[in-house]
Amino acid sequence: MKIRKYIKIYSLFLSTSVASELEYKTNIIVDFITAILSLVGSVFLLTIFFQNTDNIGGWNFEQALIIQGIYTILNGITNTWFNPNLTEIVKHIREGTLDFVLLKPLDSQFFISLNKIAPSGFLEIILGIALLFYCIGINQLNINLSFLFLCITTLFCSIVILYSLWFLISTTTIWFVKTWNATEVLRSFLYIGRFPLNSFSISLRLFFSIFVPIAFITTIPSEVFLGIAKPWEILIEIVVAGIFFIVSRRFWLFALKYYTSASS
Amino acid sequence: MFNLTKNKLVTLLKVQYSNMLEYRVEIALWAISGIIPFFMLNIWTNNNLNESIDLSNVMLSRYFLSAFFVRQFSVVWVVFTFEEDALLGKISPYLIQPLNPFFRYFAQHIAEQITRFPFAIIIALIFFLINPESLWIPSLSFFLLACLSTFFSFLIQFLIQSIIACFCFWTEKASSIERLLFIPTLFLSGLLAPVISFPEYVKSWIYITPFPYLIDFPANILSGNNTNIISGFFMQIFWISVLLPIFKRIWSLGTKKYTAMGS
Repeated sequence: MKIRKYIKIYSLFLSTSVASELEYKTNIIVDFITAILSLVGSVFLLTIFFQNTDNIGGWNFEQALIIQGIYTILNGITNTWFNPNLTEIVKHIREGTLDFVLLKPLDSQFFISLNKIAPSGFLEIILGIALLFYCIGINQLNINLSFLFLCITTLFCSIVILYSLWFLISTTTIWFVKTWNATEVLRSFLYIGRFPLNSFSISLRLFFSIFVPIAFITTIPSEVFLGIAKPWEILIEIVVAGIFFIVSRRFWLFALKYYTSASS
Repeated sequence: MFNLTKNKLVTLLKVQYSNMLEYRVEIALWAISGIIPFFMLNIWTNNNLNESIDLSNVMLSRYFLSAFFVRQFSVVWVVFTFEEDALLGKISPYLIQPLNPFFRYFAQHIAEQITRFPFAIIIALIFFLINPESLWIPSLSFFLLACLSTFFSFLIQFLIQSIIACFCFWTEKASSIERLLFIPTLFLSGLLAPVISFPEYVKSWIYITPFPYLIDFPANILSGNNTNIISGFFMQIFWISVLLPIFKRIWSLGTKKYTAMGS
């Protein structure tokens, strides 16, 4: 019953926000071109890296392309769902409209995280998937059911980790009011997700697997894709995703206790 | 006449500086979000990618640190502010004032750069603590030249973004065009890889575009890497003198086209 209600509400969110985004049609076309150029740019950067070497961090060019593909998909998901919604939290808190969200007979995290959608990110997701298919071809990978299952599981976990990171940072707005540039810091950190973790020095590797688990987000799904992931890595990714999701949920409920609306 | 404009600018700067000081934390976060060049440096040196381009590790680390600095002091966001002001109808009162509103934005940017300065220094100090061998002090003349070229780089980007911002008069949402233009800026300006490492088929045409003069050229001067100073400055001034009339033209067209809310 409850789940059906939420599904129904979500489909309403979808149709209204797509309709309002479609009002700016040229915007969407420009965003499409941006997505394509951005992928071309990152592949260009990779070719610079591989000009005089055949591997970075033990990954050759064809394998590093897989990471680009995964990154592009995740970036598309960020642009479609996380970015438009979670930057909105800041606005809700600054303008005091969070009160209206809290009063609704709905889960506030659900409303805040899924209310909006930016369809221009879809193209990035499609581009990323296309790149992955191309990579399956050039890396001569065999697709079977367990491969597909593991890929989808680890990708799903990456999405959960990414969402939790975004949501955690956006939640701190309740205390600091203006943190939309904290998400900008996260964005620049996420940038390293375009490259294999092994290509960085040990200290950065540690930082990006313990404090900000960006390592898990792109490198492990890519390893699964290549069939070189170790079972414990996949297990850790699932555990980390679970922990992050629970922490972000708890943190939101905790932060709400400190929320005082504009007039109080 | 000149004195009056100067007074206005100084007042604007003072106001905007105290305004920016209120958001110190925010600006500190902006400064941190500019650390991508350091990640790139890490990839370059960790995989010995620089052997092929004849740059030692030390010179490369100086290059990327300089790139970080140049980026810090040439970041432009006028289009986002202008778009918000245009959408909310705040442009109308600005238009009545006897000063082009872009002076206001310009002062905001300069004030923000001044606020940013201490944070950028802190990040540089941390960098030198981690890489003490890359510490260097540029000679005064090169330092001044680097400052000047960074300012020119800022001017070029400010003009480009102001031109894009004027599209708001027609399309209301111009920031997506800015995001589009940001992609070549990101990949071709030298923020992620020095321009000399680019393949020949790119190097053959890139020096006539404005991109290498945004980060690569000032960063090379500051870090003491080889660069053609005269042709670099020539191209910077060339682009400024091309962009300025375009901006003036599009601004006068746009303000004629502009209809405020209710009219």
